[in-house]
Amino acid sequence: MSLPEGDAQARKTADAVARRSYGKLVAFLAARTRDVAAAEDALSEAFATALADWPAKGCPANPEGWLLTVARRKVIDMHRGRRRHEIAAEQLRVLAEGLDAAAADAGIPDQRLALMFACAHPAIEAGVRAPLILQVVLGLDAKRIASAFLTSPEAMGKRLVRAKDKIRQAGIPFSIPEREELPGRLDTVLDAIYAAFAEGWIDAAGTDMARRDLAEEAIFVCRLVTELLPTEPEALGLLALMLHAEARRHARRNLRGEYVPLAEQDPALWDSQMIVEAEALLRRASDLGSIGRYQLEGALQSAHVYRCRTGHANWPEVVQLYDALLTLSGSPVVAINRALAIAEMHGASAALDTLQEVAADMRLAEYQPYWAARAELLAKTGAHREARQAYEIAIGLERDPSVRGFLQQRQSALD
Amino acid sequence: MAAYNPSRRIHMQYLLMLYAEEAGWNRLTKAEQEQGVAAYKAYTEALSKAGVLKGSNRLQPSSAATTVRVANGKPQVLDGPYVESKEQIGGYYLIDVADLDAAISWAARCPGASHGVVEVRPSWSMPT
Repeated sequence: MSLPEGDAQARKTADAVARRSYGKLVAFLAARTRDVAAAEDALSEAFATALADWPAKGCPANPEGWLLTVARRKVIDMHRGRRRHEIAAEQLRVLAEGLDAAAADAGIPDQRLALMFACAHPAIEAGVRAPLILQVVLGLDAKRIASAFLTSPEAMGKRLVRAKDKIRQAGIPFSIPEREELPGRLDTVLDAIYAAFAEGWIDAAGTDMARRDLAEEAIFVCRLVTELLPTEPEALGLLALMLHAEARRHARRNLRGEYVPLAEQDPALWDSQMIVEAEALLRRASDLGSIGRYQLEGALQSAHVYRCRTGHANWPEVVQLYDALLTLSGSPVVAINRALAIAEMHGASAALDTLQEVAADMRLAEYQPYWAARAELLAKTGAHREARQAYEIAIGLERDPSVRGFLQQRQSALD
Repeated sequence: MAAYNPSRRIHMQYLLMLYAEEAGWNRLTKAEQEQGVAAYKAYTEALSKAGVLKGSNRLQPSSAATTVRVANGKPQVLDGPYVESKEQIGGYYLIDVADLDAAISWAARCPGASHGVVEVRPSWSMPT
Protein backbone atom coordinates (compact mmCIF):
# COMPACT_ATOMS: atom_id res chain seq x y z
CA MET A 1 0.00 0.00 0.00
CA SER A 2 1.39 3.34 -0.94
CA LEU A 3 0.88 6.33 1.28
CA PRO A 4 -0.43 9.52 -0.34
CA GLU A 5 2.68 11.44 0.83
CA GLY A 6 4.86 8.80 -0.82
CA ASP A 7 2.84 9.21 -3.98
CA ALA A 8 3.25 12.95 -3.97
CA GLN A 9 6.97 12.70 -3.23
CA ALA A 10 7.48 10.15 -6.02
CA ARG A 11 5.61 12.31 -8.49
CA LYS A 12 7.58 15.37 -7.44
CA THR A 13 10.89 13.59 -7.86
CA ALA A 14 9.82 12.13 -11.22
CA ASP A 15 8.69 15.55 -12.42
CA ALA A 16 11.97 17.12 -11.34
CA VAL A 17 14.00 14.44 -13.12
CA ALA A 18 11.82 14.78 -16.20
CA ARG A 19 12.34 18.51 -16.28
CA ARG A 20 16.07 18.33 -15.65
CA SER A 21 17.11 15.18 -17.46
CA TYR A 22 14.52 14.15 -20.04
CA GLY A 23 16.53 15.28 -23.06
CA LYS A 24 19.76 13.96 -21.58
CA LEU A 25 18.24 10.50 -21.18
CA VAL A 26 16.66 10.50 -24.65
CA ALA A 27 19.92 11.68 -26.21
CA PHE A 28 21.90 9.00 -24.46
CA LEU A 29 19.46 6.18 -25.21
CA ALA A 30 19.14 7.12 -28.89
CA ALA A 31 22.68 8.26 -29.71
CA ARG A 32 23.87 4.94 -31.11
CA THR A 33 20.76 3.57 -32.75
CA ARG A 34 19.43 7.05 -33.71
CA ASP A 35 16.02 5.63 -32.80
CA VAL A 36 14.50 8.59 -30.97
CA ALA A 37 10.98 7.17 -30.90
CA ALA A 38 12.14 3.95 -29.22
CA ALA A 39 14.13 5.95 -26.66
CA GLU A 40 11.08 8.09 -25.86
CA ASP A 41 8.82 5.05 -25.55
CA ALA A 42 11.28 3.31 -23.26
CA LEU A 43 11.71 6.41 -21.15
CA SER A 44 7.98 6.98 -20.75
CA GLU A 45 7.62 3.33 -19.65
CA ALA A 46 10.47 3.87 -17.22
CA PHE A 47 8.71 6.94 -15.77
CA ALA A 48 5.49 4.91 -15.43
CA THR A 49 7.42 2.16 -13.61
CA ALA A 50 8.97 4.80 -11.36
CA LEU A 51 5.57 6.18 -10.39
CA ALA A 52 4.43 2.65 -9.51
CA ASP A 53 7.61 1.68 -7.60
CA TRP A 54 8.85 4.79 -5.85
CA PRO A 55 5.83 5.46 -3.61
CA ALA A 56 6.12 1.96 -2.10
CA LYS A 57 9.91 1.51 -2.06
CA GLY A 58 10.99 5.10 -1.68
CA CYS A 59 12.77 7.32 -4.22
CA PRO A 60 16.18 5.98 -5.28
CA ALA A 61 19.31 7.92 -4.37
CA ASN A 62 20.16 8.38 -8.03
CA PRO A 63 16.79 8.67 -9.81
CA GLU A 64 18.41 9.54 -13.15
CA GLY A 65 20.53 6.38 -13.11
CA TRP A 66 17.53 4.33 -11.98
CA LEU A 67 15.44 5.56 -14.90
CA LEU A 68 18.27 4.94 -17.35
CA THR A 69 18.71 1.35 -16.14
CA VAL A 70 15.01 0.59 -16.56
CA ALA A 71 14.72 2.44 -19.89
CA ARG A 72 17.81 0.76 -21.29
CA ARG A 73 16.36 -2.70 -20.61
CA LYS A 74 13.19 -1.65 -22.40
CA VAL A 75 15.11 -0.27 -25.37
CA ILE A 76 17.02 -3.52 -25.76
CA ASP A 77 13.81 -5.57 -25.46
CA MET A 78 12.16 -3.37 -28.07
CA HIS A 79 15.02 -3.77 -30.50
CA ARG A 80 15.07 -7.54 -29.99
CA GLY A 81 11.36 -7.83 -30.67
CA ARG A 82 9.97 -5.19 -32.93
CA ARG A 83 12.71 -4.50 -35.38
CA ARG A 84 14.70 -7.69 -35.55
CA HIS A 85 14.60 -7.68 -39.33
CA GLU A 86 16.08 -4.25 -39.51
CA ILE A 87 18.74 -4.38 -36.92
CA ALA A 88 21.88 -6.41 -36.99
CA ALA A 89 23.26 -8.40 -34.09
CA GLU A 90 26.32 -6.16 -34.07
CA GLN A 91 24.18 -3.12 -33.50
CA LEU A 92 22.41 -4.71 -30.55
CA ARG A 93 25.73 -5.65 -29.04
CA VAL A 94 27.11 -2.12 -29.41
CA LEU A 95 23.95 -0.74 -27.89
CA ALA A 96 23.86 -3.06 -24.89
CA GLU A 97 27.53 -2.62 -24.17
CA GLY A 98 27.41 1.18 -24.24
CA LEU A 99 24.33 1.38 -22.11
CA ASP A 100 25.75 -1.07 -19.56
CA ALA A 101 28.89 0.97 -19.26
CA ALA A 102 26.95 4.16 -18.75
CA ALA A 103 24.61 2.68 -16.18
CA ALA A 104 27.59 1.37 -14.21
CA ASP A 105 29.14 4.79 -14.33
CA ALA A 106 27.31 7.37 -12.22
CA GLY A 107 27.53 10.13 -14.78
CA ILE A 108 25.51 10.14 -17.98
CA PRO A 109 27.36 12.07 -20.68
CA ASP A 110 25.37 15.07 -21.85
CA GLN A 111 24.58 14.57 -25.53
CA ARG A 112 21.63 16.95 -25.66
CA LEU A 113 23.45 19.32 -27.95
CA ALA A 114 24.22 16.49 -30.37
CA LEU A 115 20.54 15.57 -30.24
CA MET A 116 19.59 19.16 -31.09
CA PHE A 117 21.95 19.13 -34.05
CA ALA A 118 20.28 15.94 -35.28
CA CYS A 119 16.81 17.55 -34.91
CA ALA A 120 17.87 20.69 -36.78
CA HIS A 121 19.78 18.79 -39.48
CA PRO A 122 19.34 20.22 -42.98
CA ALA A 123 17.89 16.86 -44.06
CA ILE A 124 14.95 17.43 -41.67
CA GLU A 125 12.05 19.52 -43.00
CA ALA A 126 12.66 23.09 -41.79
CA GLY A 127 9.20 23.63 -40.30
CA VAL A 128 9.37 20.64 -37.97
CA ARG A 129 12.82 21.35 -36.49
CA ALA A 130 11.60 23.61 -33.67
CA PRO A 131 8.72 21.30 -32.65
CA LEU A 132 11.09 18.33 -32.79
CA ILE A 133 13.61 19.98 -30.47
CA LEU A 134 10.85 20.89 -28.02
CA GLN A 135 9.60 17.34 -28.01
CA VAL A 136 12.80 15.35 -27.76
CA VAL A 137 14.83 17.72 -25.58
CA LEU A 138 12.05 18.84 -23.25
CA GLY A 139 9.54 16.02 -23.52
CA LEU A 140 6.61 18.24 -24.51
CA ASP A 141 3.78 16.21 -26.02
CA ALA A 142 2.49 16.68 -29.57
CA LYS A 143 -0.79 18.18 -28.30
CA ARG A 144 0.93 21.02 -26.47
CA ILE A 145 3.34 21.69 -29.30
CA ALA A 146 0.48 21.65 -31.82
CA SER A 147 -1.52 24.24 -29.89
CA ALA A 148 1.51 26.51 -29.73
CA PHE A 149 2.20 26.19 -33.45
CA LEU A 150 -1.49 26.48 -34.38
CA THR A 151 -1.90 23.09 -36.00
CA SER A 152 -3.91 20.02 -35.12
CA PRO A 153 -2.37 17.50 -32.70
CA GLU A 154 -2.83 14.76 -35.33
CA ALA A 155 -0.97 16.68 -38.03
CA MET A 156 1.80 17.68 -35.62
CA GLY A 157 2.07 14.10 -34.32
CA LYS A 158 2.46 12.75 -37.86
CA ARG A 159 5.13 15.28 -38.77
CA LEU A 160 7.09 14.49 -35.61
CA VAL A 161 6.89 10.75 -36.28
CA ARG A 162 8.05 11.28 -39.86
CA ALA A 163 11.00 13.40 -38.70
CA LYS A 164 12.07 10.76 -36.17
CA ASP A 165 11.81 8.07 -38.85
CA LYS A 166 14.02 10.19 -41.06
CA ILE A 167 16.68 10.51 -38.35
CA ARG A 168 16.77 6.74 -37.89
CA GLN A 169 16.44 5.63 -41.52
CA ALA A 170 18.74 8.19 -43.07
CA GLY A 171 21.33 7.78 -40.35
CA ILE A 172 21.42 11.43 -39.27
CA PRO A 173 24.31 11.64 -36.80
CA PHE A 174 24.07 12.70 -33.16
CA SER A 175 27.16 14.81 -33.20
CA ILE A 176 28.38 18.34 -32.98
CA PRO A 177 29.48 19.36 -36.48
CA GLU A 178 33.12 19.96 -37.35
CA ARG A 179 34.54 23.43 -36.77
CA GLU A 180 34.15 24.64 -40.37
CA GLU A 181 30.54 23.50 -40.55
CA LEU A 182 29.55 24.54 -37.05
CA PRO A 183 28.43 28.15 -37.63
CA GLY A 184 25.98 27.25 -40.38
CA ARG A 185 24.63 24.23 -38.56
CA LEU A 186 24.36 26.13 -35.29
CA ASP A 187 22.27 28.74 -37.12
CA THR A 188 19.57 26.16 -37.85
CA VAL A 189 19.53 25.09 -34.19
CA LEU A 190 19.26 28.71 -33.05
CA ASP A 191 16.59 29.46 -35.67
CA ALA A 192 14.53 26.53 -34.37
CA ILE A 193 14.86 27.79 -30.79
CA TYR A 194 13.90 31.30 -31.85
CA ALA A 195 10.88 29.96 -33.78
CA ALA A 196 9.72 28.25 -30.60
CA PHE A 197 10.22 31.47 -28.64
CA ALA A 198 8.35 33.53 -31.23
CA GLU A 199 5.38 31.16 -31.03
CA GLY A 200 5.38 31.58 -27.27
CA TRP A 201 5.79 35.32 -27.55
CA ILE A 202 2.59 35.94 -29.51
CA ASP A 203 0.50 35.54 -26.39
CA ALA A 204 2.01 38.42 -24.46
CA ALA A 205 -0.71 38.50 -21.83
CA GLY A 206 0.34 35.02 -20.82
CA THR A 207 -3.22 33.74 -20.64
CA ASP A 208 -2.43 30.76 -22.81
CA MET A 209 -0.24 28.53 -20.64
CA ALA A 210 1.05 26.38 -23.49
CA ARG A 211 2.30 29.48 -25.31
CA ARG A 212 3.82 31.23 -22.34
CA ASP A 213 5.66 28.09 -21.29
CA LEU A 214 7.01 27.77 -24.81
CA ALA A 215 8.88 31.08 -24.49
CA GLU A 216 10.35 29.94 -21.17
CA GLU A 217 11.28 26.56 -22.62
CA ALA A 218 13.00 28.22 -25.57
CA ILE A 219 15.07 30.29 -23.14
CA PHE A 220 15.87 27.13 -21.17
CA VAL A 221 17.07 25.31 -24.30
CA CYS A 222 19.11 28.30 -25.49
CA ARG A 223 20.71 28.57 -22.05
CA LEU A 224 21.68 24.94 -22.43
CA VAL A 225 23.30 25.67 -25.80
CA THR A 226 25.31 28.55 -24.31
CA GLU A 227 26.48 26.32 -21.46
CA LEU A 228 27.59 23.59 -23.85
CA LEU A 229 29.05 25.99 -26.45
CA PRO A 230 30.15 28.94 -24.27
CA THR A 231 32.20 30.65 -26.98
CA GLU A 232 29.60 30.82 -29.76
CA PRO A 233 28.66 34.52 -29.97
CA GLU A 234 25.39 33.97 -31.84
CA ALA A 235 24.06 31.60 -29.18
CA LEU A 236 24.85 34.25 -26.55
CA GLY A 237 23.23 36.87 -28.78
CA LEU A 238 20.03 34.86 -29.15
CA LEU A 239 19.79 34.28 -25.40
CA ALA A 240 20.27 38.03 -24.83
CA LEU A 241 17.62 38.87 -27.43
CA MET A 242 15.07 36.53 -25.86
CA LEU A 243 15.82 37.70 -22.30
CA HIS A 244 15.35 41.33 -23.38
CA ALA A 245 11.99 40.50 -24.95
CA GLU A 246 10.93 38.36 -22.01
CA ALA A 247 11.88 41.11 -19.55
CA ARG A 248 9.18 43.34 -21.05
CA ARG A 249 6.42 40.73 -21.09
CA HIS A 250 4.37 42.25 -18.27
CA ALA A 251 4.67 45.76 -19.65
CA ARG A 252 3.22 44.83 -23.03
CA ARG A 253 -0.35 44.79 -21.71
CA ASN A 254 -2.06 47.25 -19.37
CA LEU A 255 -4.38 46.19 -16.56
CA ARG A 256 -7.28 46.01 -19.00
CA GLY A 257 -5.29 43.58 -21.15
CA GLU A 258 -4.79 46.13 -23.92
CA TYR A 259 -1.66 46.20 -26.06
CA VAL A 260 0.95 48.80 -25.04
CA PRO A 261 3.57 49.71 -27.67
CA LEU A 262 7.20 49.94 -26.57
CA ALA A 263 7.32 53.77 -26.53
CA GLU A 264 4.40 53.90 -24.11
CA GLN A 265 5.56 51.14 -21.75
CA ASP A 266 6.50 51.82 -18.14
CA PRO A 267 10.16 50.75 -17.76
CA ALA A 268 9.53 50.15 -14.06
CA LEU A 269 7.50 47.10 -15.07
CA TRP A 270 10.45 45.53 -16.87
CA ASP A 271 12.36 42.68 -15.25
CA SER A 272 15.68 44.38 -14.55
CA GLN A 273 17.43 41.17 -13.55
CA MET A 274 16.79 39.70 -17.01
CA ILE A 275 17.97 42.92 -18.63
CA VAL A 276 21.21 42.87 -16.62
CA GLU A 277 21.83 39.28 -17.70
CA ALA A 278 21.05 40.10 -21.34
CA GLU A 279 23.48 43.02 -21.31
CA ALA A 280 26.24 40.84 -19.84
CA LEU A 281 25.62 38.20 -22.51
CA LEU A 282 25.88 40.80 -25.28
CA ARG A 283 29.20 42.04 -23.90
CA ARG A 284 30.50 38.47 -23.73
CA ALA A 285 29.36 37.88 -27.32
CA SER A 286 30.97 41.04 -28.65
CA ASP A 287 34.29 40.15 -26.97
CA LEU A 288 34.34 37.05 -29.16
CA GLY A 289 34.66 39.31 -32.18
CA SER A 290 32.24 37.84 -34.71
CA ILE A 291 29.02 39.71 -35.37
CA GLY A 292 25.79 38.03 -36.43
CA ARG A 293 22.06 38.42 -36.76
CA TYR A 294 21.08 37.55 -33.20
CA GLN A 295 23.76 39.73 -31.64
CA LEU A 296 22.54 42.67 -33.76
CA GLU A 297 18.94 42.04 -32.78
CA GLY A 298 20.01 41.76 -29.15
CA ALA A 299 21.92 45.04 -29.47
CA LEU A 300 18.81 46.69 -30.93
CA GLN A 301 16.77 45.56 -27.94
CA SER A 302 19.49 46.96 -25.73
CA ALA A 303 19.40 50.31 -27.56
CA HIS A 304 15.59 50.52 -27.18
CA VAL A 305 15.85 49.75 -23.47
CA TYR A 306 18.52 52.44 -23.01
CA ARG A 307 16.44 55.07 -24.83
CA CYS A 308 13.22 54.31 -22.95
CA ARG A 309 14.98 54.31 -19.57
CA THR A 310 17.07 57.45 -20.06
CA GLY A 311 14.95 59.44 -22.50
CA HIS A 312 18.13 59.96 -24.51
CA ALA A 313 17.17 59.61 -28.21
CA ASN A 314 19.61 57.21 -29.85
CA TRP A 315 17.98 56.86 -33.27
CA PRO A 316 21.18 57.21 -35.36
CA GLU A 317 22.64 54.25 -33.46
CA VAL A 318 19.41 52.29 -33.95
CA VAL A 319 19.36 53.00 -37.69
CA GLN A 320 23.00 51.94 -37.92
CA LEU A 321 22.17 48.60 -36.27
CA TYR A 322 19.23 48.10 -38.64
CA ASP A 323 21.53 48.87 -41.59
CA ALA A 324 23.94 46.16 -40.46
CA LEU A 325 21.08 43.74 -39.91
CA LEU A 326 19.63 44.52 -43.32
CA THR A 327 22.99 43.85 -44.98
CA LEU A 328 23.15 40.48 -43.24
CA SER A 329 19.59 39.30 -43.70
CA GLY A 330 18.07 41.33 -46.56
CA SER A 331 14.81 40.85 -44.70
CA PRO A 332 11.89 43.18 -45.58
CA VAL A 333 10.81 42.92 -41.94
CA VAL A 334 14.05 44.60 -40.89
CA ALA A 335 13.45 47.28 -43.53
CA ILE A 336 10.09 48.12 -41.93
CA ASN A 337 11.59 48.60 -38.48
CA ARG A 338 14.40 50.61 -40.00
CA ALA A 339 11.84 52.89 -41.67
CA LEU A 340 10.16 53.55 -38.32
CA ALA A 341 13.51 54.56 -36.83
CA ILE A 342 14.17 56.82 -39.85
CA ALA A 343 10.83 58.51 -39.16
CA GLU A 344 12.07 59.47 -35.69
CA MET A 345 15.15 61.11 -37.22
CA HIS A 346 14.04 62.56 -40.54
CA GLY A 347 10.25 62.56 -40.39
CA ALA A 348 7.45 60.39 -41.72
CA SER A 349 7.75 61.27 -45.43
CA ALA A 350 11.41 60.26 -45.52
CA ALA A 351 10.42 57.01 -43.82
CA LEU A 352 7.65 56.37 -46.34
CA ASP A 353 10.18 56.84 -49.14
CA THR A 354 12.45 54.13 -47.68
CA LEU A 355 9.44 51.88 -47.12
CA GLN A 356 8.60 52.28 -50.81
CA GLU A 357 11.81 50.41 -51.64
CA VAL A 358 10.51 47.21 -50.08
CA ALA A 359 6.82 47.64 -50.92
CA ALA A 360 7.21 45.48 -54.03
CA ASP A 361 8.12 42.45 -51.90
CA MET A 362 5.13 40.13 -52.20
CA ARG A 363 5.79 38.66 -48.75
CA LEU A 364 4.70 41.95 -47.19
CA ALA A 365 1.20 41.96 -48.65
CA GLU A 366 0.04 39.68 -45.82
CA TYR A 367 2.36 41.00 -43.12
CA GLN A 368 0.50 42.97 -40.45
CA PRO A 369 3.44 45.06 -39.16
CA TYR A 370 4.08 46.38 -42.68
CA TRP A 371 0.54 47.76 -42.96
CA ALA A 372 0.56 49.05 -39.38
CA ALA A 373 3.87 50.85 -39.97
CA ARG A 374 2.60 52.31 -43.23
CA ALA A 375 -0.61 53.45 -41.58
CA GLU A 376 1.24 55.14 -38.75
CA LEU A 377 3.59 56.96 -41.12
CA LEU A 378 0.76 58.02 -43.43
CA ALA A 379 -1.19 59.34 -40.45
CA LYS A 380 1.80 61.45 -39.42
CA THR A 381 2.04 63.00 -42.88
CA GLY A 382 -1.66 63.86 -42.73
CA ALA A 383 -2.75 61.40 -45.43
CA HIS A 384 -5.66 60.23 -43.26
CA ARG A 385 -7.67 58.52 -45.95
CA GLU A 386 -4.77 56.31 -47.04
CA ALA A 387 -3.80 55.73 -43.40
CA ARG A 388 -7.31 54.51 -42.63
CA GLN A 389 -7.12 52.00 -45.50
CA ALA A 390 -3.73 50.72 -44.36
CA TYR A 391 -5.02 50.29 -40.78
CA GLU A 392 -7.99 48.39 -42.20
CA ILE A 393 -5.67 45.84 -43.84
CA ALA A 394 -3.48 45.60 -40.73
CA ILE A 395 -6.53 44.93 -38.54
CA GLY A 396 -7.74 42.26 -40.94
CA LEU A 397 -4.37 40.47 -40.81
CA GLU A 398 -3.88 40.48 -37.02
CA ARG A 399 -4.74 37.38 -34.98
CA ASP A 400 -4.14 38.77 -31.48
CA PRO A 401 -7.35 40.50 -30.26
CA SER A 402 -5.53 43.02 -28.06
CA VAL A 403 -3.25 44.15 -30.87
CA ARG A 404 -6.31 44.33 -33.12
CA GLY A 405 -7.99 46.53 -30.51
CA PHE A 406 -4.94 48.79 -30.40
CA LEU A 407 -4.94 49.20 -34.19
CA GLN A 408 -8.68 49.91 -34.21
CA GLN A 409 -8.14 52.61 -31.59
CA ARG A 410 -5.42 54.22 -33.72
CA GLN A 411 -7.64 54.05 -36.77
CA SER A 412 -10.62 55.72 -35.09
CA ALA A 413 -8.33 58.43 -33.65
CA LEU A 414 -7.81 59.64 -37.24
CA ASP A 415 -11.25 61.24 -37.45
CA MET B 1 32.49 -5.01 -19.40
CA ALA B 2 33.59 -2.99 -22.41
CA ALA B 3 34.57 0.60 -21.77
CA TYR B 4 32.11 3.22 -22.88
CA ASN B 5 33.28 4.54 -26.19
CA PRO B 6 31.08 7.29 -27.57
CA SER B 7 33.00 7.50 -30.83
CA ARG B 8 32.03 3.98 -31.77
CA ARG B 9 29.53 4.21 -34.57
CA ILE B 10 27.34 1.81 -36.45
CA HIS B 11 28.08 2.00 -40.13
CA MET B 12 25.46 2.40 -42.81
CA GLN B 13 25.36 1.93 -46.55
CA TYR B 14 24.19 4.69 -48.84
CA LEU B 15 23.51 4.65 -52.54
CA LEU B 16 24.61 7.86 -54.25
CA MET B 17 22.52 8.20 -57.39
CA LEU B 18 23.91 10.60 -59.96
CA TYR B 19 21.29 12.43 -61.96
CA ALA B 20 22.25 14.69 -64.85
CA GLU B 21 20.92 16.10 -68.07
CA GLU B 22 21.79 13.41 -70.60
CA ALA B 23 22.29 15.72 -73.55
CA GLY B 24 24.87 17.70 -71.57
CA TRP B 25 27.65 15.17 -72.05
CA ASN B 26 27.54 15.34 -75.86
CA ARG B 27 27.69 19.12 -75.79
CA LEU B 28 31.11 18.97 -74.15
CA THR B 29 34.30 19.22 -76.20
CA LYS B 30 36.57 16.22 -76.36
CA ALA B 31 38.97 17.85 -73.93
CA GLU B 32 36.15 18.61 -71.48
CA GLN B 33 34.93 15.02 -71.69
CA GLU B 34 38.41 13.73 -70.94
CA GLN B 35 38.64 16.10 -68.00
CA GLY B 36 35.25 14.85 -66.77
CA VAL B 37 36.30 11.22 -66.99
CA ALA B 38 39.51 12.03 -65.11
CA ALA B 39 37.55 13.76 -62.34
CA TYR B 40 35.33 10.71 -61.86
CA LYS B 41 38.37 8.46 -61.87
CA ALA B 42 40.01 10.53 -59.14
CA TYR B 43 36.81 10.57 -57.11
CA THR B 44 36.40 6.80 -57.35
CA GLU B 45 40.02 6.40 -56.36
CA ALA B 46 39.51 8.62 -53.30
CA LEU B 47 36.45 6.62 -52.20
CA SER B 48 38.40 3.42 -52.63
CA LYS B 49 41.45 4.70 -50.72
CA ALA B 50 39.19 5.81 -47.85
CA GLY B 51 37.87 2.26 -47.67
CA VAL B 52 34.25 3.28 -48.10
CA LEU B 53 33.54 2.16 -51.69
CA LYS B 54 31.29 -0.90 -51.97
CA GLY B 55 30.43 -0.65 -55.64
CA SER B 56 29.96 1.77 -58.49
CA ASN B 57 29.26 2.02 -62.16
CA ARG B 58 28.42 4.36 -64.94
CA LEU B 59 25.18 3.57 -66.75
CA GLN B 60 24.37 3.57 -70.46
CA PRO B 61 22.00 6.39 -71.49
CA SER B 62 18.30 6.07 -70.72
CA SER B 63 17.62 5.32 -74.40
CA ALA B 64 19.13 1.91 -73.58
CA ALA B 65 16.68 1.40 -70.71
CA THR B 66 13.86 -1.12 -70.72
CA THR B 67 11.01 -1.04 -68.21
CA VAL B 68 9.39 -4.25 -67.03
CA ARG B 69 6.19 -4.72 -65.08
CA VAL B 70 4.19 -7.87 -64.42
CA ALA B 71 0.44 -7.32 -64.75
CA ASN B 72 -2.02 -10.20 -64.42
CA GLY B 73 0.87 -12.61 -64.40
CA LYS B 74 2.20 -11.37 -67.73
CA PRO B 75 5.38 -9.35 -68.04
CA GLN B 76 4.88 -6.09 -69.86
CA VAL B 77 8.03 -4.78 -71.41
CA LEU B 78 8.37 -1.18 -72.47
CA ASP B 79 11.16 0.61 -74.24
CA GLY B 80 12.63 3.53 -72.31
CA PRO B 81 13.16 4.60 -68.70
CA TYR B 82 10.47 4.47 -65.99
CA VAL B 83 10.31 8.25 -65.71
CA GLU B 84 10.69 10.33 -68.86
CA SER B 85 12.66 13.36 -67.83
CA LYS B 86 15.47 15.51 -69.09
CA GLU B 87 17.58 14.49 -66.11
CA GLN B 88 18.27 10.80 -65.80
CA ILE B 89 20.32 8.57 -63.54
CA GLY B 90 23.70 8.12 -65.16
CA GLY B 91 25.64 6.25 -62.53
CA TYR B 92 25.85 5.26 -58.90
CA TYR B 93 28.19 4.71 -55.99
CA LEU B 94 27.42 2.40 -53.07
CA ILE B 95 29.34 3.56 -50.02
CA ASP B 96 29.73 2.38 -46.44
CA VAL B 97 30.11 5.24 -43.96
CA ALA B 98 29.25 6.19 -40.38
CA ASP B 99 26.27 8.43 -40.97
CA LEU B 100 24.35 10.79 -43.23
CA ASP B 101 26.84 13.63 -42.74
CA ALA B 102 29.68 11.45 -44.00
CA ALA B 103 27.53 10.37 -46.96
CA ILE B 104 26.65 14.00 -47.72
CA SER B 105 30.28 15.07 -47.65
CA TRP B 106 31.17 12.32 -50.14
CA ALA B 107 28.17 13.26 -52.31
CA ALA B 108 29.33 16.87 -52.33
CA ARG B 109 32.78 15.84 -53.61
CA CYS B 110 31.26 13.83 -56.46
CA PRO B 111 31.77 15.56 -59.84
CA GLY B 112 28.13 14.69 -60.58
CA ALA B 113 26.97 17.09 -57.86
CA SER B 114 28.46 19.97 -59.85
CA HIS B 115 26.87 19.24 -63.23
CA GLY B 116 23.73 17.52 -61.95
CA VAL B 117 22.37 16.31 -58.61
CA VAL B 118 23.29 13.44 -56.34
CA GLU B 119 20.50 11.73 -54.43
CA VAL B 120 21.65 10.07 -51.21
CA ARG B 121 19.59 7.05 -50.17
CA PRO B 122 20.30 4.87 -47.15
CA SER B 123 20.02 1.15 -47.77
CA TRP B 124 17.43 -0.77 -45.79
CA SER B 125 19.59 -3.21 -43.90
CA MET B 126 22.57 -2.37 -41.79
CA PRO B 127 25.78 -4.11 -42.71
CA THR B 128 27.12 -6.41 -40.03
